[in-house]
Amino acid sequence: MEFLLKPLTLLTFFPLLGVLLILFINAEAKNIIRWVALITSLITFGISLWVLAMFDASNVNLQLVARYDWITVAGWNIQYFLGIDGLSILLVLLTAFLTPISILSTWTAIEERVKDFMIFFLLLEVGMTGVFLAQDLFLFYIFWEFTLVPMYFLIGIWGGPRRIYAAIKFFLYTMAGSILMLLAILWLGIYGGTFSVPDLIAQGNIPADIQWWLFLAFTAAFAIKVPMWPLHSWLPDAHVEAPTAGSVILAGVLLKMGTYGFVRFNLPLFPEAAVRAAPWIALLATIGILYGAMVSYAQADVKKLVAYSSVSHLGFVMLGLFAMNPQGIAGGILQMINHGLSTGALFLLVGMIYEQTHTREIKVYGGLWKITPVFGSIMLIVSLSSMGLPGLNGFVGEFTILLGAFGSKAINNTAYAIASALGVIMAAVYILYMFQKMFLGPQGEIVDEVKKHGHGLRDLNWREIVTVVPLLIFIFWIGLYPKPFFALMAPAVEHLVGMLPIP
Amino acid sequence: MHLSESVTTGYFFLAPWLVFAPVIGLLINIIFGGRLSEKAIGTVASLASGASFVVSVLLAWSLAAGHGAAVTVPFLEWIHIGDLELDWAFRVDSLSTTMMLVVSGVGTLIHIYAIGYMHEDVRFKHDPGRFRRFFVFLNLFIAMMMILVSGDSYLMLFVGWEGVGLCSFLLIGFWYDMDTLGRPSWANSNAAKKAFVTNRVGDFGFLIAAFLMFWAFGSFQFDEVFEAAHAVAPGVIVAITLFMLIGVAGKSAQIPLYVWLPDAMAGPTPVSALIHAATMVTAGVYLITRSAELYTLVPQAQYTVAMTGAITALFAATIAVGQYDIKKVLAYSTISQLGFMVAAVGMGAFVAGMFHLVTHAFFKALLFLSAGSVILGLERGHHHAEHAHHEKKPIGKSGKSKAESGHDEHEVFDPGDMRNMGGLRKTMPVTFWLYMIGTLALAGIVPFAGFWSKDEILLDASRHYPAVYILLSIAAFFTAFYMGRQIWLVFFGEPRHEAAAHAEESKPIITVPLMVLAALSLLGGALNLPFEGFHQLGHWLEYTLHEVEAFPLNLQVAGVSTLVALFAIFLSWLIYGRNPLKAGQPDPLKKPLGFIFTGMENKWFVDEGYFAVIINPFKKLSYFLADVVDWRFWHDWFHETVIAGTYNWLSNIGLNLYADQKGIDAFANWLGTATQSLSATLRKVQTGFVRSYALSVLLGVVLILGYLIVK
Repeated sequence: MEFLLKPLTLLTFFPLLGVLLILFINAEAKNIIRWVALITSLITFGISLWVLAMFDASNVNLQLVARYDWITVAGWNIQYFLGIDGLSILLVLLTAFLTPISILSTWTAIEERVKDFMIFFLLLEVGMTGVFLAQDLFLFYIFWEFTLVPMYFLIGIWGGPRRIYAAIKFFLYTMAGSILMLLAILWLGIYGGTFSVPDLIAQGNIPADIQWWLFLAFTAAFAIKVPMWPLHSWLPDAHVEAPTAGSVILAGVLLKMGTYGFVRFNLPLFPEAAVRAAPWIALLATIGILYGAMVSYAQADVKKLVAYSSVSHLGFVMLGLFAMNPQGIAGGILQMINHGLSTGALFLLVGMIYEQTHTREIKVYGGLWKITPVFGSIMLIVSLSSMGLPGLNGFVGEFTILLGAFGSKAINNTAYAIASALGVIMAAVYILYMFQKMFLGPQGEIVDEVKKHGHGLRDLNWREIVTVVPLLIFIFWIGLYPKPFFALMAPAVEHLVGMLPIP
Repeated sequence: MHLSESVTTGYFFLAPWLVFAPVIGLLINIIFGGRLSEKAIGTVASLASGASFVVSVLLAWSLAAGHGAAVTVPFLEWIHIGDLELDWAFRVDSLSTTMMLVVSGVGTLIHIYAIGYMHEDVRFKHDPGRFRRFFVFLNLFIAMMMILVSGDSYLMLFVGWEGVGLCSFLLIGFWYDMDTLGRPSWANSNAAKKAFVTNRVGDFGFLIAAFLMFWAFGSFQFDEVFEAAHAVAPGVIVAITLFMLIGVAGKSAQIPLYVWLPDAMAGPTPVSALIHAATMVTAGVYLITRSAELYTLVPQAQYTVAMTGAITALFAATIAVGQYDIKKVLAYSTISQLGFMVAAVGMGAFVAGMFHLVTHAFFKALLFLSAGSVILGLERGHHHAEHAHHEKKPIGKSGKSKAESGHDEHEVFDPGDMRNMGGLRKTMPVTFWLYMIGTLALAGIVPFAGFWSKDEILLDASRHYPAVYILLSIAAFFTAFYMGRQIWLVFFGEPRHEAAAHAEESKPIITVPLMVLAALSLLGGALNLPFEGFHQLGHWLEYTLHEVEAFPLNLQVAGVSTLVALFAIFLSWLIYGRNPLKAGQPDPLKKPLGFIFTGMENKWFVDEGYFAVIINPFKKLSYFLADVVDWRFWHDWFHETVIAGTYNWLSNIGLNLYADQKGIDAFANWLGTATQSLSATLRKVQTGFVRSYALSVLLGVVLILGYLIVK
């Protein structure tokens, strides 16, 4: 019992209770299943708030630790080891926050096989939370790979026309990178005699040349997940084909597993290698920012536009993390949250209109703000958040990242920050292009098209408003008063920076 | 919210209400506006803006009572990470209160005017529902502008800076589903987008300046920056000030980023007056004045700023001569006048620049709003004439038939085209006199406000920067000329369109705010007369700026500029006043000036140039990257053909020919069966592909694991 009652264990595995319940519900009782899933995820969110209440930001060590020996054969020492600190708490909260929102968004969008959908969705939550909490490399790897399975099915069953292709590509691409990471994990476990991350960091005696290879192996897994340019090719496929809730979680949380991996493992475990790689990562991040923004602008499909914008946004996160100063890393972590909120909201909103029109082609829209004023206004706020308008969340993250990168001793070249700041202009270009072509201008052809088949376009209903408003609250909160969010991570970030051998 | 110890006397604690008042106003209108009448909505918004003005007055009063010592009102801690400590605090000093008074004062007048204007505008555009939205945006603008001028650090200034950019976008694109003539179109929303993106280019410069600043000075807070600046290598300061100039060029519409402002006239006229003439566009001038201590350290940056302003002043003034749209003329005039201000603050004549900023806010707001009155008058006339047509009544004597004036039945009437006007001084006498006052102030005729402020700039230029003096003097000539042209075209001669013949004067809610502005345009010069003991504005700003140079009136400079202006007006009379333009007749300058006039008419083809050099290549590159590089090469060819193809080829060869097919197959089948029997759910899904891929992966891992353990 003691094992189960550990807060982090409870937080991670609570959704399984919902899964168990749903297994016993008749598949035809769709609404009951939905409610069970929603309530399960809401209770999980409640647990995450409980964890937050117990969390002490000033303590830079792992907290609320749950640690037990798990597999100890032939000199292996694999542990069940969960813990939380300032680097992960916001991501854990984000996961618990986005899951009920995503479930709510499927209320009418998912009608087929609701039971299976909800089971996968809750399983996915277990995997994601586990990834952010695991402090044993082996356990981490299990959670890491485990998230692939439910996501694979979510795309493969409830996705668009090319869903099987997209699901397979998503699965293989990620797995290919993970294999290298697994090898590195095994090497570390054997070399260090433990898989515990804090213990490995404390030992810290990995020779520099080996560090480099281990760093690269971890990077392979994380860079694909992020995705860093040029490893992003799976992303547009996965996003376009995934159902709305899948896209929200994919953009909101799954991509963050990659960036989180860099912060949690690459920086503290391989500090020399990380410092050595910083300029190169900064280069790829900068290319990603500009490339993602330009390619995004040229998309005809709104979901693809948002997908490529993620490449650009995640480039900012990577740039911040490898700036290796407090501003950059804190900005990077905050920007992970921001991207989860604003891109999550963008996918939700795009999903809401898609549900009515069944098309994602930008050019058939136009003038929607007039027809659906609430929808248009919310879309505007989210768009502005995504393009980093001061007063909204995106700015706080982007600004601190660029500020950090500009003065970074690890990157040691202001050109990257300056070029990346051009990405801020380009973000305005593609976001405003999207907003204009869909919401401004004369009425698009889709409006009459929809009218032919029924009542015509309607504005957001109450359920949809309830779905997006929580995101809007945080978009404003972080934008207007980011201090509490920075306060949660600042000591941990500064501690991490202190461990890096920056020239 | 907590107050520092220093804030004990006076009303300084009210500073946050500069921002809160309009925010409350807009929240009331968002939440309850649906149930309120137009009058109530307009009143709430005007009161909110008015409250800001009252707070500004109280702050200025408290400041004067405290002998101008700057006060900082801390409000909340914003971003604290590492050595970055960024707070939201309000700065009350003579410079910021000057801006507050102008913004909220002119802003409130325009709110009141807009109640009348928008009442009619939403009806001409057939969408009364949008009335409320207008006032929500207008209040938001006041709030953002207040953040801009009251912030105590470069970063809070930047928050307001981008915030007003957003409001500008929203209000330029207010009629986002049409063009300026009310036809369904992308035109207005294009103008809005253009403004936002161009401003973002400027903001990019601002951001880089901010980064440099932080890493050189360790702070964004004004005082700390200025204090640290003296110890830093001038090269860094040059870089900071010049990157800042990019921001200024974006917001204050200077070369090369001015192109968005003329298009911004797509917004309703009160917006053109408030945002795109009186307040927001002067933010760049404020920024440079605020950064006076940085600019004065580096003369080469000052020279660049001054020349940018002077060249912009002249360049834009030439374009204004060739425009037919009443608001476009004023738009280019605004760019030109902003050039005067930027030149002034660039030369270090900060008081002169701020003085011109204030007087310009009065007379340009007056001109725009009067132009709005003219446009409404024409729309009323047009409406009336249409009505008359339908009832088949005879048209008035001066009214031309549509065919005659070159307007067939299907052509949309443009109430802003000066070629459709003429003779309005008879039908709209109040508006005419108001417009005259604004014109004389802008042209720089004694004793109107514009004369004194412009003269102060010219005087400073004549002493320190002869090149700037010459450029600005020529610009002043063009200013008087294009304003003269406008007066003759709009108010004199005979009506060139029946709408002009039937134009009706506007109601008091529109004309009364104009009269206030007219009074200010007439008397505003008294703020800073060039006589001993009358430099009030100079003394006031001296609290903030230190070392202010005050010149006595120089009759030579004043005389020359007055003669230049009078000559230009005389010339405009010769060309446009003596022989009034007839309907359908081309501009009399077109023939004698030839291609020069074509250039002015077409804005020297700068927009076209930007399209050719920047926008189209950007688009092409984007499409190339998206379609060819990312999709066809990287997505399709590399991933499908190379990676997947190679894998398939290898697995065929490897598995079929060399590997023990039976063993692996058996294992795969066993695993497959096991997986399938695990869950009924999983079974329904086609997993064949991935399973075999995953299997090979798993096998590899098992092998390596085994190797490592055995080893």
